[in-house]
Amino acid sequence: MTLVKTKIGRRSFIRNAGLASGGLVIGFNWLASCKMTPEQVNSLPKEWFELNGFLKVGDNGMVTIMSPNPEIGQNVKTSMPMIVAEELDVAWKDVIVEQAPLNTDIFTRQLAGGSQSIRQGWESLRMAGATAKHMLKEAAAQAWGVSADEITTKDGVLTHEGSGNSAGYGEMASAASSIEVPEEVQLKDNGDFSIIGTDKKNVDGKKIVTGKPLFGLDVYREGMLTAMIVHPPAFGMKFKSMNAESVKSMPGIKDVFHFEAYPDDVEKQWSDGGGIPELVAIVGNSTWECMQAKKALEVEWEEASKLESTSYHNEALAALLEKPQEVPARKDGDVEAAFKKAAKIVESTYSAPYLAHNTMEPMNFFAHVTPEKAELLGPVQTPEFLEKTLVSRLGMPAEKIDIMMTRMGGGFGRRLYGTFAVEAAVISQKMNAPVKLVYSREDDMTQGTYRPSYKVKYKAGLDKDGNLIAWHVRGAGTNDDLIFENRFPAGAVDNYLAEKHSLQTNVTTGAWRAPRSNFIAGAEQAFMDEVAEAAGKDPLEFRLELFDRAINNPVGDPEKNDYDPKRYAGVLKLVKEKANWGAETGKARGVAAYYCHNSYVAQVLELEEGSDMPRVDKITCAVDCGIVINPLAARNQIEGGMIDGIGHATYSAMTFEDGRPEQSNFDRYRLMRHSEAPKNIEVHFVDNGIDPTGLGEPSLPPAIGALANALYKATGRRYYKQPFINDKAPLVG
Amino acid sequence: MATFTLNINGKKQEVDVDPSTPVLWVLRDHLNLVGTKYGCGIAQCGACTIHLDGTATRACMLTVSSVGNSEITTIEGLSENGDHPVQKAWLEVDVPQCGYCQAGQIMTASAFLEKNPNPTDEEIEMAMNGNICRCGTYTRIKKAVKLAAKS
Repeated sequence: MTLVKTKIGRRSFIRNAGLASGGLVIGFNWLASCKMTPEQVNSLPKEWFELNGFLKVGDNGMVTIMSPNPEIGQNVKTSMPMIVAEELDVAWKDVIVEQAPLNTDIFTRQLAGGSQSIRQGWESLRMAGATAKHMLKEAAAQAWGVSADEITTKDGVLTHEGSGNSAGYGEMASAASSIEVPEEVQLKDNGDFSIIGTDKKNVDGKKIVTGKPLFGLDVYREGMLTAMIVHPPAFGMKFKSMNAESVKSMPGIKDVFHFEAYPDDVEKQWSDGGGIPELVAIVGNSTWECMQAKKALEVEWEEASKLESTSYHNEALAALLEKPQEVPARKDGDVEAAFKKAAKIVESTYSAPYLAHNTMEPMNFFAHVTPEKAELLGPVQTPEFLEKTLVSRLGMPAEKIDIMMTRMGGGFGRRLYGTFAVEAAVISQKMNAPVKLVYSREDDMTQGTYRPSYKVKYKAGLDKDGNLIAWHVRGAGTNDDLIFENRFPAGAVDNYLAEKHSLQTNVTTGAWRAPRSNFIAGAEQAFMDEVAEAAGKDPLEFRLELFDRAINNPVGDPEKNDYDPKRYAGVLKLVKEKANWGAETGKARGVAAYYCHNSYVAQVLELEEGSDMPRVDKITCAVDCGIVINPLAARNQIEGGMIDGIGHATYSAMTFEDGRPEQSNFDRYRLMRHSEAPKNIEVHFVDNGIDPTGLGEPSLPPAIGALANALYKATGRRYYKQPFINDKAPLVG
Repeated sequence: MATFTLNINGKKQEVDVDPSTPVLWVLRDHLNLVGTKYGCGIAQCGACTIHLDGTATRACMLTVSSVGNSEITTIEGLSENGDHPVQKAWLEVDVPQCGYCQAGQIMTASAFLEKNPNPTDEEIEMAMNGNICRCGTYTRIKKAVKLAAKS
């Protein structure tokens, strides 16, 4: 067992009278108001005893565990409480999970982003369970007059073998709640885990399949109004005037007004990213009435800055690829000298368009702002930052602002930017009424915060024996400089040069699932394939050779390299074995590997025979994310990430004409559908007992490279431009 | 505004709305049946799928005035206790990630299986193609539909 001090985050473990007496949690518990199943109602305890901010134990042994982080489909609402339950030693069937509201006194990092919820919550979640278990043991020890060290726990039962005493957690809960919070607690050894590492189904599964209100758009309050926004039709335009009066008299419409979501004096957070400063609000009784008014409203816009088109972005990014970076991001050896003596040189340029997040649930938020308090409820990945912005925008102290997260119909990074929640709060304040702001799909798709458009140029040099002697990468993105200069193959090549540029544009961008990696991994891994081919080597073995170099004789300071070559090579070796790489299958196959969000993923992707855009028949995937909390949900994340990557790289693009988005709904913005999805997916995890790392993002980036490499095998043509569906071979003759 | 009497999940429900209002918004805003989801409003994503006399139909483009006496079934009315074979299969396979599109997927799948109880993989894919899942649960949806077909 490991003994850990509970001092870190100790305030989390101080019993909170406000919570115990039903303050914030109970008053805010909109989600628990969803009808419970009869089994749940019958098994509810008469009284709950809170042992710390993460959990309370009922007098019948039921345990409620708060899930602190926002749930966007990454399944933390199941996996985070599993970690608490593991250390508490309670049976999973006796656990009720509740979504915690924003509470910075109890929880740290209530944020869904960067695939970090489990990695960064790992220690505090374990401590929460272990602390409560310790207090239950102490209570039993006092009751039985024995030493707490001699008491064992299992499935919510305390046992003292020597005296023959035994009691359920429920019997000791009351006494435990007045036990001193320990200074130190013991954590379990990995080998003693009985919940971690087992398949547990989504705790919201039943509510999802029966259509219970769970999401932000499902929020309803007595007297609630619906609001919609009208934003500028093009990036570079701003509000000038409108015919509000004629629309105000339409049926069900309460008000139409122009407002500033972000006046100049607002102290903005990074999470306010691409927020549109000025908007028009339409407020009415129902969504359809607001939609009708939105159609009828005529707004005049004026040009505020350059109206950019996709052709401009492409030309400007291409121009940056010709420009050296003043001080290169990283430089090892001398690439120019190496290229001069190289036996072979390979050079390629890759590109990708802007992408919209397109969560299936469009942006929305409920807000009720009165002079006394602000209540916000809805789907946001960054509640803590939202609170800070609201303090400034509403002119209200944080104590008067309550924020609760609903389950979210997808995030993918879009809900890191809670601009819509700020808009909802401002509209509610103006209306002095509870308001639910609803974006139409078109509002959602055309408002910005896009995955940037990228271009990257690679050049590699090989000696006469096919050894990689030089690697030069120069990348550029819109509002983003794309390159991770210390990632592979940095450290594995003697002569290495990484350069990066950012093109400032007024088309707003933001984090999109696996930022930067979602493009650079595919490009790098496709280029690696070209280089391996030029070297006359098997692409997988070629990569392993490079990792050998990085392990045995790294270039530069190995501490600087942002990856562990042993773990990287480990997933490649695992996928090699599981996919039986090298065996003749008669099918076109591609391999790729990538490291991001602290995890390592390798894939072998196999295509069906046929058409010029063949379907993925099978993906074999190897993952090293350390300890896997919930293998069932982990496989789901890995599968979904790969489908996300393959789907977008094949089909999706946002383009612009004079600042206007040319796609505004799913008729012109193409997403992968059932008949295009990979047919079979196999996921294998490396079992190494290392503390857990990211899972929500790491499988997406390499899948694009594996696809590009398999497409080459199937068609004899390299794919350089996303979406691949448009990267057609030129007509000959 | 006009009054319509709708037959929803076996119950008569009266609403007073503009005749052009899509059934999606009648369900969500006027009857508080929010299981039927808004995704695109132009019948491209399938999140709003309901059964109209047993046929999978997009509620976002179905005006309330065109429903007449037809029977509407929503996800809330698919089964009494969430135990329709398709719902059970969805739970067994642990299909959902974010879960937002799943009511629509389930409504499409359940109407389809009524008409074709022993579908091939290709038939399942074609039937489900109008329902987008942004999380990429497609492989598990197919598995669940096959599992439901067996039961």
